[in-house]
Amino acid sequence: MQHGKYRFIVGFLALPLGVYALFVVWPFVQSIYYSFTDWTGLSPDFKMVGFDNYSRMLDDDIFWKSLWHSVLFALLVPLVTLGLALFLSFMINVGGRHRRGGPVITGVRGSAFYKIVYFFPQVLSIAIVALLFQFAYNPDSGAINSLLRGIGLDGVQPLWLGDPDLALWCVTGVLVWSTVGFFVVLFSAGMASIPADLYEAALLDGAGRAVTFFRVTLPLLWDTVQSGWVYMGILALGAESFAVVQIMTTGPGGPDYSTTVMVLYVYQKAFRDGQAAYATTIGVALLVVTLAFAALVMRLGRRERLEY
Amino acid sequence: MGSTSAEKSAEHHGPTGVGRRDLIKRSAALGLISVPTMSFLSACASGGGGDDQDKAEAGEKTAKNPLGVNNSAQMEFVLFDGGFGKEYAEDAVKIYQKNFPKATVKFSATQKIQSTLQPRFNQGTPPDLIDNSGAEQMDMGVLVGKNQLADLTPLLDAPSYDDPAKKVRDTLRPGIVEMGQFDGDKVWILYYAYTVYGVWYSRKALDSLDAEYPKTWDEMLAVCAKAKKKGMAGWTYAGKYPYYIPFSLYPMIAKVGGAEVLDAIDNLEPNAWKHPAVKACFEAYYELYRKGYVLKGTPGLDHIQSQTAWAKGDALFLPNGSWVENESAKVIPADFDLAVAAPTGLDSSDKLPFGTIWASGGEPFVVPAKAKNGTGGMEQLRIMLGEASSKNFTAKVKSLTAFNGGTDGIELTPGLKSGVEALDLAGDNVVNPRIQDWYVKLQKEQIGVGGLGEMMAGRLTPAEAVKKIQAYADEAAKDSSIKHYKHQ
Repeated sequence: MQHGKYRFIVGFLALPLGVYALFVVWPFVQSIYYSFTDWTGLSPDFKMVGFDNYSRMLDDDIFWKSLWHSVLFALLVPLVTLGLALFLSFMINVGGRHRRGGPVITGVRGSAFYKIVYFFPQVLSIAIVALLFQFAYNPDSGAINSLLRGIGLDGVQPLWLGDPDLALWCVTGVLVWSTVGFFVVLFSAGMASIPADLYEAALLDGAGRAVTFFRVTLPLLWDTVQSGWVYMGILALGAESFAVVQIMTTGPGGPDYSTTVMVLYVYQKAFRDGQAAYATTIGVALLVVTLAFAALVMRLGRRERLEY
Repeated sequence: MGSTSAEKSAEHHGPTGVGRRDLIKRSAALGLISVPTMSFLSACASGGGGDDQDKAEAGEKTAKNPLGVNNSAQMEFVLFDGGFGKEYAEDAVKIYQKNFPKATVKFSATQKIQSTLQPRFNQGTPPDLIDNSGAEQMDMGVLVGKNQLADLTPLLDAPSYDDPAKKVRDTLRPGIVEMGQFDGDKVWILYYAYTVYGVWYSRKALDSLDAEYPKTWDEMLAVCAKAKKKGMAGWTYAGKYPYYIPFSLYPMIAKVGGAEVLDAIDNLEPNAWKHPAVKACFEAYYELYRKGYVLKGTPGLDHIQSQTAWAKGDALFLPNGSWVENESAKVIPADFDLAVAAPTGLDSSDKLPFGTIWASGGEPFVVPAKAKNGTGGMEQLRIMLGEASSKNFTAKVKSLTAFNGGTDGIELTPGLKSGVEALDLAGDNVVNPRIQDWYVKLQKEQIGVGGLGEMMAGRLTPAEAVKKIQAYADEAAKDSSIKHYKHQ
């Protein structure tokens, strides 16, 4: 029977693995190969140049800036997003005051409504979100500055995306806003599966909300948080940050390189400057950063799994 | 990666035989073995070079067919479907089909020039005529440098479509042929549209201030002061894309210091930006910021937002190109009376007269070197450069073409009309800075966003901006990964 089992499993996996190899592994291998050439991306002629692209990358100020912004995104965006999502979902599911006749564990009043509201940004594509915020950040007639004027703060009219000190934070805000709802729903589902008797026991022991959260909810939710962390970090390193920076920012990537990220730099080098080989080199660096990030999170987050 | 916990629990619950982790390891190993040798690599994303054997045979050269188009070969034409639409090209294709009834024309229009055509260049099977334009424009310098484009000299030396006694090159507007050259005499690109850059404003708004368009910078400041009293800003610009500022700034530099200052900038000569004329013009523009004549919040506006604010009458002047009339048609009021003017100079000591303006080609058409029927592509261009097609274009999309003339007998919109007048006034003093097509990154991201944008937002002084931009230019001059060009 053992033999037949292998054949079954291999047959089962051949197609998906083949697709994975062709469309994921193969492009990776190709990129690494191209990073050693001087391929322009616009002509089939190119030659090997050894490590030229890599030494050029190490001397490239803009590369280091984009790397720094990407790393900042990978660390900060998940931290803020997940922290906020944990807080919100805790309040929605557990944080409510006990009401007479109701269940012992409950969310704050109107939690069903909040859940839908928080999830709402998730139904919009990131491109639309970025465009909407571009209007909101308009210093002349945008929603934010109009609001500031409306409450009498005529003197406080920041340039938002036009200000190198603020632009990166504006982008971060949009990333958090657009993703937090998804994690609220994800964590809510996770919290719903935590048995209520654990909470009741904690209550009997006199635990308040904060203690309940840190001693009961978070440990039991750890696996979900960890996966969310990796997922969010990869989003912040990749597609999501590209879309937002490309659509919203000055230049894009500015003002004065204050918002450029690695994915955007790859795109610009490959598709604007006709330097596909150098772009793949930055792509390889991005791959390293992404893998390092995932490994780091996995290592830091390793914990004994709790059974309940 | 998020599946580790699931993996662990699967192991924990312990199905006998093959654990999931083992399975993954083994299948990964299989995948690695199946990766073929590196020599196959180059066959994938970048294909082999095309061969010349499958090119269409040349047809017979006659008076009606001076280029010798093979009258039964297929011709493929890919157009950028942007602000100018595709109707003008479809009309021109109809003429081609009428002239060569046996030939088929494969016409397509797309916004995704790069995504559609880059793979075909790599495979060596590009179409015969391309309008390489829009956000997905393929880098011309690289295409030329890698010998991917055909020399258009045969087209330029062919008799023009309307008058056999005149060569095509003699029917074009100033600067068009030069713009198609990169280094040497060969002409790689034919820019079909003709764009007038300058300072755009509403004649009505200016009249309401009881002012004339200013010719010296003192007058400019006076007009802005008047506007400010009425609650109107003097200037606004595409703050998020500050590379719109050069549309009026560069010709001003030429007016103040002579066209050779711009040539030196294009040639990336050392200290080109340290010329006194550059500094003086930077200071003049900075004065607009310092005196509060720039619309508040401008650095955070994109081109559409700034054009809308300007059309609403929040600001008087806007550096832009002639496409603004079409692009902002919906927000420009009917009685706006749109006009374009050459940039204001400093004073009477300027080297060139008032009227010095930037005008150049737009919509770059190219014929790939490896096209099967490149002659057909050129013939299609020759048709488009005829008077009838040119008029059709101007009438339909409110823009001039590379064909010199073609405005008689059609009604021009206010902006277009004022553009023609501005060109008349300029006469020979039309400048054509090449930096924006030679060094895209330098012009847009570094000079535009990093230098001018920062200065106009008040974060750099003119002296600092000059220094920063000079450093960028020096860096570009030294960078061996980009191709360098010089004015002939």
